[in-house]
Amino acid sequence: MWGVSVIAFALTHLSGDPAALLLPPSATLEDIELFRRAHGLDRPLPLQYVEFLGRAVQGDFGRSIRHGVPALPLVLERLPATIELAAAALLIAVAVSLPLGILAAVRRGSALDQASLVLSLVGQAFPVFFLGIVLIILFAEDLRWLPASGRGTPAHLVLPAVALSAFSIAIVTRLLRASLLDVLSSDFIRTARGKGLAERVLLLRHALKNAALPVVTVIGLQTGALLGGAVITEEVFAYPGMGRLAIQAIANRDFAVVQAFVVLMAVVITGVNLLVDLLYVWLDPRVRIER
Amino acid sequence: MTLVRRFVRSRAAAVGLGVVTVALAMVALAPIVAPMDPLDQDVTARLLGPLVASDRGLHLLGTDALGRDIASRIVHGARVSVLVGVASVAVAGTIGVLLGLASGYAGGRWDAGIMRVADVQLALPFLVLALALVAAVGPSLPNLIAVLGITGWVLYARVVRSETLSLREREFVTAARAVGATGVRTVLRHILPNVTSAIIVVATLQVARMILFEASLSFLGVGVPPPTPTWGGMISDGRAYISVAWWVSTLPGLALFLTVLGVTLVGDRLRDVLDPRVRDL
Repeated sequence: MWGVSVIAFALTHLSGDPAALLLPPSATLEDIELFRRAHGLDRPLPLQYVEFLGRAVQGDFGRSIRHGVPALPLVLERLPATIELAAAALLIAVAVSLPLGILAAVRRGSALDQASLVLSLVGQAFPVFFLGIVLIILFAEDLRWLPASGRGTPAHLVLPAVALSAFSIAIVTRLLRASLLDVLSSDFIRTARGKGLAERVLLLRHALKNAALPVVTVIGLQTGALLGGAVITEEVFAYPGMGRLAIQAIANRDFAVVQAFVVLMAVVITGVNLLVDLLYVWLDPRVRIER
Repeated sequence: MTLVRRFVRSRAAAVGLGVVTVALAMVALAPIVAPMDPLDQDVTARLLGPLVASDRGLHLLGTDALGRDIASRIVHGARVSVLVGVASVAVAGTIGVLLGLASGYAGGRWDAGIMRVADVQLALPFLVLALALVAAVGPSLPNLIAVLGITGWVLYARVVRSETLSLREREFVTAARAVGATGVRTVLRHILPNVTSAIIVVATLQVARMILFEASLSFLGVGVPPPTPTWGGMISDGRAYISVAWWVSTLPGLALFLTVLGVTLVGDRLRDVLDPRVRDL
């Protein structure tokens, strides 16, 4: 978290003099000097950083120069929309890739396995914004089944969530298949099969439990990817989440909002990673002993 | 030779190689292959469908809202995509491999420090980090390559570090040390050659990722600025017209999809042939 705060702080200073950036070109030298003093920009960088950090931990990132309100509440207000989108996409991804990955591993080499392979290749190569546009053309423009943009009803969530989930479906399916195949060829499964357990019990009770760990890790990593992908998805579907706000803030050079967005994103992802770690301990008692 | 033969034995890989070859040919020969000037506007010939002709000739894939020839723009857009993909992988790979070697071989404080920085970067989605950095330094071709290169090093560092950790304990490394090779020489002459196949696999797959990221950033308006034709930018431009002219967005999207798919297929096959241990990344 501390590292992220350095990145967020560096953002405004990387682009050169913030004063020159934020003021109109017509500003006189005195104006610039006054502005610098008012915002503490005349002091040494490390001191400025300490001040930035001190305010940031209190949730104060300064005011949005565009909206004239504090930046953090502005971003926070959009957070639920983004989480809703990412969660819906994650749900779709898990709902599709879990059965698909399991079936592909159990019926290895079957037509279904081949299909899942093709699907995961296509899903990885299909950029989310292009998929979004194709979905809009098909389901919003042509068939007129679903709205193409905005937020409000569950119907508004369908297209963006599907577009966003494609990449995760590809990754999770592939990984689940691979790790299940690993487990299925291990000794204890052969033992269990030897003592006459039904295939279904074997699969659900023994194999899946052991294949779950790497999959949980990847789903945890996917949360980051989903939140990142949400930025693009929101832009395509004009979905009012914090990613779209950040893109607009970047276009307006509204760095207080960008900083608040970056830090908030890191907070959410760190939180999710913590949850994943806890889930680990619950799934695999060995992790507890190692600590 | 056997490697090449093993490579093309997979039909998917052969297809991937074909696609990549076509993309590279477009990059090398863009001015010759492209039927028209990609920047040449003609408002009287705007949003023409595929295979419709204007007084400039036949527009194989139609024209965009400014009457520019889409086929020519796709061919020229390949240059940006491939250049950014390859160059940013070269930057990220160099940084990542060097830091990974240092981290894995030196261990201790170096290792802890480098891996700490890597963790910080992983606390943010790649796209968010790249987006924020490009926004700060300003969008341009060199800046884009630098940002994608600097943010992309972590993967290489991790792969190289874990390989180095196990190689360090092997006899031939101990032997090299025993006959008096310096640390730097040991790493470069004895360890690096043993991690190259893993690096090649990761780098190839990363070219596909970087092409996607470049397109994403250009789509969001923080990539290579117009008028340079980029696939991401073209897809974004076409969004306003999808109800009247589907081809403006979808055709460059298709080019992007096929290129990324082709590179991924090649990378997957390379992994199977060169280094099956490198798992899904």
